[in-house]
Order: sequence, then C-alpha cells, then structure tokens
Amino acid sequence: MRTAVVLLILLAVAAVPGSLLPQRGVASDPAAVALFYRDNPDLAPWLDRLYLFDVYAAPWFAAVYLLLLVSMTGCVLPRCVRLWREVTAQPPAAPRRLEREDAHARLTVEEASASLTAAAAHLRSRRFRVVETDGEVRAEKGHVRELGNLAFHLSLLVLLVGVAGGRLFGYEGRVAVVEGSTFTNIASSYDALTRAPLADPADLEPLEFTLRSFDAQFETSGPRLGEPRSFTAILDWVTSDGAGTTEVRPNQPFDANGTKFFLTGHGYAPQITVRDGRGDVAASGPVIFLPQDQAFTSDGVVKVPDARPTPVALEGLFLPTAARGADGIDVSAYPGLVNPALLLTAYSGDLGLDDGGAQSVYTLDLDGLVEVTGDDGDRWRATLAPGETVRLPDGLGTVTFDGVTRFANFQVARDPGKEISLVAALLLLMGLSVSLGVPRRRVWVRRVDDATVEVGWRHLGRRRCADSDSAALTAALEHDPDNHPESTT
Amino acid sequence: MQADEMALWSDRLVLASLAALSACLVTYAVAAALAARSAGRAPAPILVGGPEALTASPAPVTSDDRANALRPAGTWLMASGAVLLVAAVVARGLAASRVPWGNMYEFGLTASAAVAVTFLVVRRGRRVDAVAPWVVALVLVLLGVSVTSLYTPVDDLVPVLDSTWLVVHVAAAIVAGALFTVGALATLAQMVLSRGGREGRGSSELGDLAHTVHLVAFPIWTFAVIAGAVWAENAWGRYWGWDPKETWAFITWVLYAAHLHALATGGWRRRAGWLAVAGFAAFLFNFFGVNIWIPGLHSYAGV
Repeated sequence: MRTAVVLLILLAVAAVPGSLLPQRGVASDPAAVALFYRDNPDLAPWLDRLYLFDVYAAPWFAAVYLLLLVSMTGCVLPRCVRLWREVTAQPPAAPRRLEREDAHARLTVEEASASLTAAAAHLRSRRFRVVETDGEVRAEKGHVRELGNLAFHLSLLVLLVGVAGGRLFGYEGRVAVVEGSTFTNIASSYDALTRAPLADPADLEPLEFTLRSFDAQFETSGPRLGEPRSFTAILDWVTSDGAGTTEVRPNQPFDANGTKFFLTGHGYAPQITVRDGRGDVAASGPVIFLPQDQAFTSDGVVKVPDARPTPVALEGLFLPTAARGADGIDVSAYPGLVNPALLLTAYSGDLGLDDGGAQSVYTLDLDGLVEVTGDDGDRWRATLAPGETVRLPDGLGTVTFDGVTRFANFQVARDPGKEISLVAALLLLMGLSVSLGVPRRRVWVRRVDDATVEVGWRHLGRRRCADSDSAALTAALEHDPDNHPESTT
Repeated sequence: MQADEMALWSDRLVLASLAALSACLVTYAVAAALAARSAGRAPAPILVGGPEALTASPAPVTSDDRANALRPAGTWLMASGAVLLVAAVVARGLAASRVPWGNMYEFGLTASAAVAVTFLVVRRGRRVDAVAPWVVALVLVLLGVSVTSLYTPVDDLVPVLDSTWLVVHVAAAIVAGALFTVGALATLAQMVLSRGGREGRGSSELGDLAHTVHLVAFPIWTFAVIAGAVWAENAWGRYWGWDPKETWAFITWVLYAAHLHALATGGWRRRAGWLAVAGFAAFLFNFFGVNIWIPGLHSYAGV
C-alpha cells in the first residue's frame, strides 16, 4: 500500500507541469508552444528535451502510471483469489473473547437456544450469510465491498484500453468552412489532421457537407456587451446513408456515423475581388481572416500570384464594427457586423509560391516582396466599406470589397475507444461507490447459559458500522421488552 | 416579480447572510474566549491543547456556563445564515431563469451555501463544534471574495455552457467541493488537536467526521469528473484533453486517492491527513488559480 501512495503522489506531481507550461496537442491554443519558444529561446529547447511540452505523452509520465498500474494489478489479482476463497468458505468461528470485538453486548433472554434461532432468522432476513452451530450463530455480510474495490481497480485497466484505442485508431482534425462552400471528408480538405499511428488512411467517413449559413448572436447591451449568446451553423450534408440538413451548435455536434463535427469557433471571410493591371479578374471570393480578439478584429492576407504584369499580395485587417480607438488606431468595438471596414496594405513582386515550399495561407513570406507606396512616398493604405473599390498605385490594378461572409471552425473527431472508456468509467464509479459505501462485518451470537447470550460485532472495513444493525439484532434477541442489554461498546 | 428585482433580492439576501454569519463568528469567538478563560483558571484535569480547551471544558463553574449558553446561539446564527444563503442562490437562479452557477460569482455563492448546509447536516450527532468557527470563517471569506471581487450582474449563458451537463457536472463538483471543504477543515482541526500523538476524544470524533465526509465526497468527485468528460466529448469532440481544468481535477482526484490509500497504510495516518489537505488545496487552485491565471478551454464568462 505504501508503494501505491508514493506512486499516486508522484503521479499528481508529474501532472502539474503540463498545466503550467504550454502543451502540444492541447486544443485551447495551438500556437502556445511556438510563442513560448519565441519568448524563451534559451530555456525552451531544454524544457523540450525533458518532454515538458508533451508532459502527458512523456516517457517519464508513462513510467509513473504504468508502474502504478503494474503494482496495482500485482496487488489486486491475489486479492481476487482471496475474495473467491472467502466467498466460498463459511463464516469463521467466534473468537474466544467476544468482549474484545468492536461492539459487544450481553443480553438476558427467556431461553437462549430460541434466541439463537431467532437471531439466525433475523440475520438471514438482513442478507447475512449465516451458519448455526450448537450454541453459536456465525454470520457475515458485505463481501460485495471487496468485490466493488476489485472492480474499481480493474476498471482502471479497462480505461487504459479505451484510452489506447482512441490514441491508436482515432483521428482528430480541424477545418474552417466558409458560408456557401463545401467540405469533402478527405485528408487534404483539413487545415490540420492528426491521425493515430494505426488508423487506416482510407477510413475517413465518406461524406460531404455545405455550410448553408452561419448565424452568431452577441449581447447587445450591458456590462457584458459583445459576449457571445448563440451560434448556429446550418449544414446540408450527403453521406453514404443519404442526405439531409442539420443545425449544429455548441454542445450539439453533427454526427456522421461516429465521425463528429463540433462547432468550436467562427470568424469573418471578407469577399474580395482583385483585378490586375490589365483589368482581368486575378482573384475573387471570400478570404478567411483569423479573429485576434473578442471583438473580432481579424487579420488575413490575399495572395494574387496570377496578377499581370506584376503579382500582388494584400495584407489586411477586417473590423466588423470599426471604431477609432483612443490612440487613433482603428479597432473593432463589437463582434457583430455593425460598421464593417477592411483596412489594406499591399506588396508586389515574387510571392515565392512557385518554389514548391509549403506556405501558410494566413501569412505572407516577405522575401522578394516590395511594399507598395503611395504618391507621397509613404506606405500605401486604404480603408474600404462593403461595395467600395480602390485603385492600387503604379498600375497594379484594383481591389473591390464585395461583402462579408462568415466562416465556421469545426473540430472533427473519431475515437473508436470512447465507448470502452465510458463503460470503464461507469464500472469504476460503481465499484468505488460500493467499496466505500458498503460496510463489511461479522457478527457472532453465543449462548452463555440458558438465560444469557453474548453478541460480538467485528467491522472489517475502516468505518464504524451503523448502530441500527446491532440495535435491530438486539431487538430480535429480546423476547422480554423489559430487558436491557449491558453494552460495552 | 421582475427578473432584475429578483436579482436585487438575491444580493440583499447575500448581505443579510454575511451579517448573520459574521454575528455567528463573533458568538463563537466569545464562547471560545470564555471557555479558554475558565480553562485557564481551572486546576489540574485540563488537557492543554485538547478538545476541551475549544469545546466543553470540564471545569466546575465560572464563565464556562456562559460559553455553553452561547454556543447554541452560534449554531442558530449559522443555520439562519445558511438559510439566507440558500434563498439568495434560489433568487439568483430565478432571476437568471437557469441554474445559478454560470460564472465564478455564482459558483462561489452556491459553494458557500453548500459548505454551510453540508456542515450543518454532518455536525448532527457529533461533538465537532471545535471546527464550526473555522467553517463559518471560511464561508465568510469565500462569500466576501465572491461579492467583492467576482460579482457579475445576472446575465445569459455563453453558448458553450448552455447544456444539461452544466446542471449535472457543476452540481456534482459543488457538492463534492463542499464535502472536501468540511473534510479538510475537520482534518486540520484533528491534526492540531492530536499534536504530539495524543488522541483526545474530540479529535477522534473530528477524524471520524473527516473520514466519513471524504468517503462520500470521493465518489461524487469521481462522478463530477466523469460527467465533465462526457460533456467535453459532446462539446469539444474529446472526453479528455489535459486542459488545465481537467488536469487539476485529475490531480485532486489522485491526491484524494492517495489519501484513502494512506489511511490503510500502517504508520501513515498523519501523512494521510496532509494528503487530504493537499487534495483540497488542488481543488481550490482549480477554482481560483486555473480560472484566473491559466488560459484554457474552461476560460469563459468573464471569470
């Protein structure tokens, strides 16, 4: 038991750093580890060598819980055998001195042997296992306590199987879908897809859905102005089973044969059309801008490599409710669309898309790009309202802010081990409640002489048993209501 | 009645409860002072540092009688404080038309009520009045922090909280937390009273109270964690993601598991007490520390 206590304390301590340091693969902020690296360039590689950004996948963390489970199994299996022996055996004989037990009473009765019979019947009716011998009743109750205890401990092994099932065969992904566009469930559609080592790549559920609309409501007044109040995404879907329309909300995912799509975020995708220097449309459509704050000040880029004669790139800030901040900088004051504005700057030159390297669609690679300047020699800037068009300097073309659509972020998950984990958790809870709630005790009733019996209770748990049981037994033993037991509890 | 009027009544009831509980604390303090004085005067048979110094002194007469007369008054004040708090929680729920644990203020308010009610329930039939002033003091601190630092007007829920699991998961966490609180205070009092290896009668009653409370709390906490996992699966697509809140719930669970194992280990009784206190500290950190300092998926509702 000391080993268990020490390992449990170790497990608790080992779990702490993962909550204080940023972790890879923890959903709240995927960029947290990279930010920590940037802010602590000397410390971060050392922490990384010690697995402190992957605490819960670290070998030393696994060592603690595997040691714990091994020691637990080594303890529990012999106890299973012992429980089996005890269940199949009779309650043991009374010890010689019953007054040394946890509770003891000596009662005066009319006739001792009749009282013993009455006691045996009473104890049987209370679901004790009872053996009657000449002059003695032996009874025992509460083996289910140990059964619960063992079930609780063994359920932890089942839980490990369930967790491993998800880690080995499941997958998790993220995708942003713009209103009106269609998502097809293939690996290349995802913004990020983490697949378990043993998951079958061809195993993605065949399905397709179109985000028909996305609606967001925010608090419009009071101290919580701008706090989200409701999000609703409407999906038109097609799966192998058929087609339909579903509303998706927080806490209400879209379930396609076990692959679930959870609505976890949203943002704005301004519709932007870029005409190049020759007047041809070089780029058109909604562009996802990533929200930066609670008021949905969002930033994004538009890459126009096909613009002729010169390729162009735009960097922009989208403000759903534009307002002039205290320091003269434009910010968004409210997450809803009240006064949308698009603030743009531009670059021209080689976008670096043709050299084959991977690039984020949300940031520009500034190598080979030249800042576009206005007639005054300063950096060119433009602020557009929906429907407005602005001409880029130097004959680079025009930019039109056509309107605003929204996008919804979906977290996609398939975890084939989760049913096993749920069953394990329920078994764990039941076992725990039984093992902590059910008392286990033995009771002996012995004839002392024709008019006297002796009762001894022994508690095999760590807790005192309820007095009601011993009171009820005393009442069953006493034929004469005037009798008073001299208790030596 | 209008919702905002209801909210106002909730705030008034909280103030009334603060007054009742403060009066209760003063009453207990006066009773303890009178008892200590008479204990100091009395001749030999006092166990210094024993439970009698804090609860009932065997000294013959003197101011101890007045102390004994004051204690029921303290208990009555505590009970009325608890009733006022429960009424405040109900009024808050009616004002918001939902369960009143949608933000940190409401959680603190409901938890204060739960701790007070839990103690009043478990003290029945036990000689554990030594710990009563500490329970009242803790409820006062929690309530005071809630009112001064965490207060938020009644409002609707953020969408991610709008789920039946809010009722189940948070209610279980509050009940388990209230039991943990009483358990930790009883454990601490028991450890103080049995300093130097002496087992006074009051200390064994406190130990028994702590043990019973922990045995009830642990499965409820387990249920709260499991319910949270089921909710997380339904809201975020995974039942366990090592979000800071989940991690500290896990740490709390493991420390209380260590406490229960230590109780069954020879020679570890006192260390078992420290483990229960450590488990409670982890629980507290999960509510205050994680909500305030650590960003995560459980950060919402403006703290």
